[in-house]
This record gives sequence, structure tokens and C-alpha cells, in this order.
Amino acid sequence: MSFILFHMALLCEILASGGFIVYIIKQKKWMFRVSYWLLFAGFVFHTGFLVYRFRILGTAPVLDMRSALSFFSWCVIAVYILFYLKFRMMVLGSFVAPFAAFMMLVSSSIPVKPVHIRPVFKSMWLTIHVSSVFLGIGLFTIACLVSIMYLIQEYHIKKKKYGSFYFSRLPSLATLDEINYCALIYGFPFLTIGIITGCIYAQCAFGTYWQWDPKEVFSLVTWLLYAALLHERLTVGWQGRKAAIMSIICFLVIMISFAGTSLFLGGYHSFSSMNIGRMPE
Amino acid sequence: MNIVNIGINHKTAPVEIREQIAIDTERASRIFAFFKKTSSIRELFLLSTCNRVEIVFTTDSTELSRNAVVSLMCEMGKIPEPDLLPLTYTLQDMDAVRHIFRVASGLDSLVVGEPQILGQIKQAYLVSVQHRATGVILNRLLHRTFHVAKRVRSETGISESAVSISYAAVQLAKKIFHTLEDKSILLIGAGEMAELTARHLMANGIKSLSVANRTFDRALDIARQFGGDAISMEEIGYQLESGVDIVISSTASPGYIITADKVRPCLRKRRNRPLFLIDIAVPRDIDPEVNNISNVYVYDIDDLKGVVQFNMAQRQKEALKAERIVSEETIRFEKWLKTLDIVPTLVSLKQKAEDIVRTELKRSRHALGNLTPEQQASVETLVRSVTEKILNDPFLFLKRQSIRSDITTCLDFTRKLFNLDNEDNGET
Repeated sequence: MSFILFHMALLCEILASGGFIVYIIKQKKWMFRVSYWLLFAGFVFHTGFLVYRFRILGTAPVLDMRSALSFFSWCVIAVYILFYLKFRMMVLGSFVAPFAAFMMLVSSSIPVKPVHIRPVFKSMWLTIHVSSVFLGIGLFTIACLVSIMYLIQEYHIKKKKYGSFYFSRLPSLATLDEINYCALIYGFPFLTIGIITGCIYAQCAFGTYWQWDPKEVFSLVTWLLYAALLHERLTVGWQGRKAAIMSIICFLVIMISFAGTSLFLGGYHSFSSMNIGRMPE
Repeated sequence: MNIVNIGINHKTAPVEIREQIAIDTERASRIFAFFKKTSSIRELFLLSTCNRVEIVFTTDSTELSRNAVVSLMCEMGKIPEPDLLPLTYTLQDMDAVRHIFRVASGLDSLVVGEPQILGQIKQAYLVSVQHRATGVILNRLLHRTFHVAKRVRSETGISESAVSISYAAVQLAKKIFHTLEDKSILLIGAGEMAELTARHLMANGIKSLSVANRTFDRALDIARQFGGDAISMEEIGYQLESGVDIVISSTASPGYIITADKVRPCLRKRRNRPLFLIDIAVPRDIDPEVNNISNVYVYDIDDLKGVVQFNMAQRQKEALKAERIVSEETIRFEKWLKTLDIVPTLVSLKQKAEDIVRTELKRSRHALGNLTPEQQASVETLVRSVTEKILNDPFLFLKRQSIRSDITTCLDFTRKLFNLDNEDNGET
């Protein structure tokens, strides 16, 4: 069952990405509509998959790299669909869908390992912690992608390359900046809630709020960076190029803390320790 | 039946002649009145814009009708016929169809791809319909024309991009600000191009405008025209700080009026809001260095010309695609026109078969004796289906042949074969 749902989601998302890429090249509106609904179908399957796993595991399905990536991909698509409803920016899909599909592909290439669910994982706090952190990261992913689009478009306007492929296809700088801001302003509270609930969970589960685990340190750094970006935006009106570059840097730091610490640096957040039980009891 | 188009346009005639020939409402009713009297012209459509006059009609005697129309035009325009004739063009059948398609798609326009012409054609068609001047062929032709123009608009980018300096500026402003509703302009100096650009920007939603000029009186003057405020040249710096979004500069000043050193400190005060500077002056008013400051975009006259040239070239490329669509649709129309020729033959063939069925049924009623209504009906069905089966293949054959050039021969032969024209062939 979960196998079917997962692969249906994967298939729809890959097809949607292909459609979105053809859409940005050919600029055919019907192509967008087809891709959008494919992505939506993928999203529905994906949601089904996650709900199913949640029922089976009794906790958020994020305890190994495979499910974490798949959940991340789901968050990015969810945020994209919401943003499409608000901003109606069609070309964003051509950036988001391939990204999400790529995450799913990586996820599907990781072999399924039986996860040992210890009772400590079956906590409401863990679910809230993980979901809000991931939703926050999903929003920041969108912020990063529109920032890349912003930099491309800004480059073309500055250098007067009006004939280029992107100039006519990318939306206006103001729109991109607005989406960036919107993603930031919603993403930041999610990240904050995620970190706080993480602390509470750590207190309930391990008896300590904070233990300077590599991922905790990186999260703190990320949080501070985003706080700085948000602060600059609100007080001195940082926008445009600087805000875009900063969003991209912040996102890279997130990626390092997400992938790097899970795979290489160890600590109780890493997926390997979750299975072999290096966690503090 | 031929379709004929007599026309005069910006390529064939100077504006003085076009003015004289142009058809206003009063002339139009005269022409339609003339049309009602002239039996050789079956259907008529008139189009008159500042760039062209097109008269499209269907007729059986082309020469006669053409001469009548031309002499009417000359009489109304008070131009001797020998003077007007070389300035007009006469197109027939598929050339005429292709021409109307091209005109509606903006391919024959002064600025390729300009969109107004389609509306003008629709309006003109309405007038022709009101005068009951159009029939089967022109109605179909005009509806196909609208369809072609729509296809060209949606399938090619022929009228997408800006092809004038001022529109290019508007397009760039939209690429930067998205919406211009809540933005403000500062106009430095005056000049036709600068004012035109400001006007176009205001037409796209900008409401607030201020004008700076070396002579304050002139500034007041222009400000009044646009409903804006006049400011002195010294206030420009303050304007940049306080949040003007678009600056259009076209002064006669020999040096730079706006330099990077002047703009840089303003940005923090304007909270980094983007600034779009349009420099139309030669020599330039704005230091090109300014373009290197982030969130500030400078376009000078050459940059804008570059945009326009690029867009023009783009339109030419799209025009090729549009020509292909026009050719496709012309062929499609030609096919339809040809099936029209076979329709009368098919109708009379059916009629003849029906007549035979009816007479033969009447004749056999006596021999068949007393039939129940059901039996009567089934006998009729039987006879009819036999004739239909027999005629089916000739019908298909004619429909297949209808797109070939020898269709008239086929039709002629069919009419003789089935004796559709009721000729006595000497046997009986």
C-alpha cells in the first residue's frame, strides 16, 4: 500500500516536473495546467502515503533519511500550491517541481530499512517539532528558489539582455521580492516554533532542553541568520538583491545542517543514531 | 462566383489620396445603395481606416463589377480614374482571401502586429451586415478572418512586445515594479519623447508626477498639463531620497545631472526601494556608473532603442509563423469554397432520386394490393435505402473530388450522366 502510494506520488511529480520544464520553454498555458494538476495529484498521493505511514508508525515518518527527504519534498510542494493560490505565479512551478521531484528521487533511491520505533518517538511534541521545522524549511526553499529567479532576472535587467531566454519568462522583480518576503515572514515563525517544541521534546524525552548537539548548533545559527535578515528587511528595508543573496546563503546553511549533520557529524539528531540507539535515554 | 478585393493602402498611396478615398458613414450608405442597384455584385464588405480602404465583393462578372466600383470611388473622391487606378490593387479569389487574413492579423500594417485593425474590421463587418450586404461567402470569410486573427494573436508573439521607445520604457518599468499603480515619476527637463513616455506611464496607472526644469515657469507649465507638481532642480536630491520610483531625464545639460555619488546616499533613506532611471537626453544626464548601484536601474536612449530593435526583429520572426497560419487557413477556406460548388449538384441529385422514388411508389400501389400502414412504411424504407445506397458512392466521389481543380468537369459530367438539367438526350 505505502509502496504504491509512494511510487504514484513519485511518478506524478516527475511527470509534472517534465511538464513544467516544457512549459517554461514553450510557454503554453495548457501545458502549465496539465503539469499543475499532475503535481497536485502527486501531492494527494504523497499526502496519502504520509498519513498511512503516520498511522502505522504512530509518529511522524521522518526517522530515516528516506522518509525525511520525502516529507521535505511534500512540504515544498504544499508551500508551492499555497503560494500559487495566492500569487498566481505559474513559472515558479518550473523551479519548484524539479526540486521536489529530485528530492523524491533521492529519497526513493535510499533502500528501505526497518525503523526501530522506540516509545520515546511516540510523542506529540516530536510530531509538532518535526512538522513545523519542515514546513519552515519548505517555505525557505521557496524563498531560496525565488531568490535565484530574482538574481537571474535582475542580472538581465541590469546588463540589458532583453533578448534572453529568461527576460520574458520570469516575472517582475517586485513580484519575486514580495514572494521572497512572504516566504520569509511565514517561514520564520515555523522555524521558531520548531526549535522551541524541539527543546520541550528534549526536556520530556531526555531531561534536558539543550545539549549542543551539532544539529542544534546549526539550527541556532540558521535561526540567527534568518532573524538578522528579517530584522534588516523590517528596519532598514533590505530588499532586492541583498535580500535575495542572503536568502540563498541562509538556505545553504539549512541544507548543510540538514544533510551534513545527519550524515557526517553524528549527534543524537542523526538518523544512524536513531536506529542503533546512541540516543540519550 | 469570384471574390474580388479592390484596395488602397499605406504602401500603395500617400496619405493625401487615402484621405480623399476614405469612406465615412455617408459615403458608405451611398456605396451600399449603389450595391443594391447593381445586380452583378452579390455581396459587399467595406473597410476604411486611416491606413487603408478595402472593398471586398463577390461577383460573377469580375471586370464589369470592378469597373463600376472603381468609377464610383473616383467619383466620390473626385480623383480622375487614370490617377487613382495605379494606386490601387485588385486581388481575386484566394489572393483576396489571403489579403484579408493578413490585414486582420496585422501582417499588412505599418507597424507589424498592431492590434487595433481587428476591432476595425469587426466594426466594418457589423456595418455591412446591417446593410444586409453580406451573404454565405462573405459571412464565412469574415468569421474565418476573425478566427485567423485570433489564432495569430494567441499562437505567435506578434503583438506582444513594445516597438516604440516609450512603450519599451513602460514594459521595463513593469518588469521592475510589476504594477505601476502606486508609483511616482519625476520628469527632469522637457521634450517630446520624455513627455510621451510620462504619458504612457501614467496611462498604465501612475498617478503622481513631479516636474523639474531649469526654468521654473516651464516646469509649472508641464506640471499643469499632467496634473503634477513643479519643483526646482535643487530639489531633485530630496525627491530621490523621499521615494520617487521612476525618473525620466531629458535636459540639454552638457554634464551629468545625476551621479552615483548623489544616488548612493539616497538609497538608505528610501529604504532601498528600487529606482528606475530613464535617460533620454543626448549628451546623457545620468552617469552610467549609477547602474552599478544595487536596486537602481539606468536605461539610456540607446538601451531603449536596443529594446525596440530587438522587439522589432522578434516581431518579424513571429510574422513568419503568422504567415504560415494565414496560408493554412487560406487553403482551408479554399476547400470550403469548393465544396460549395458541388452543393447544388448534390442537392439536385438527391431531389431527382426522391422524385423517382415517389412516382414509382405511386405506380406500384395498385399492384401491391392492400397493405397495413406498417407494411407500407417498410416498403418505402426499402426503396429509399436502395436509392441511398446507390447514390452514396457518387456523392463520396464528388466530395473527394471537390478539392481538385478539375471538379467543374466532374460536376458537368455528373449532371449529364444523371440528366440533372432535364435535357432531352434523343433516346426517348
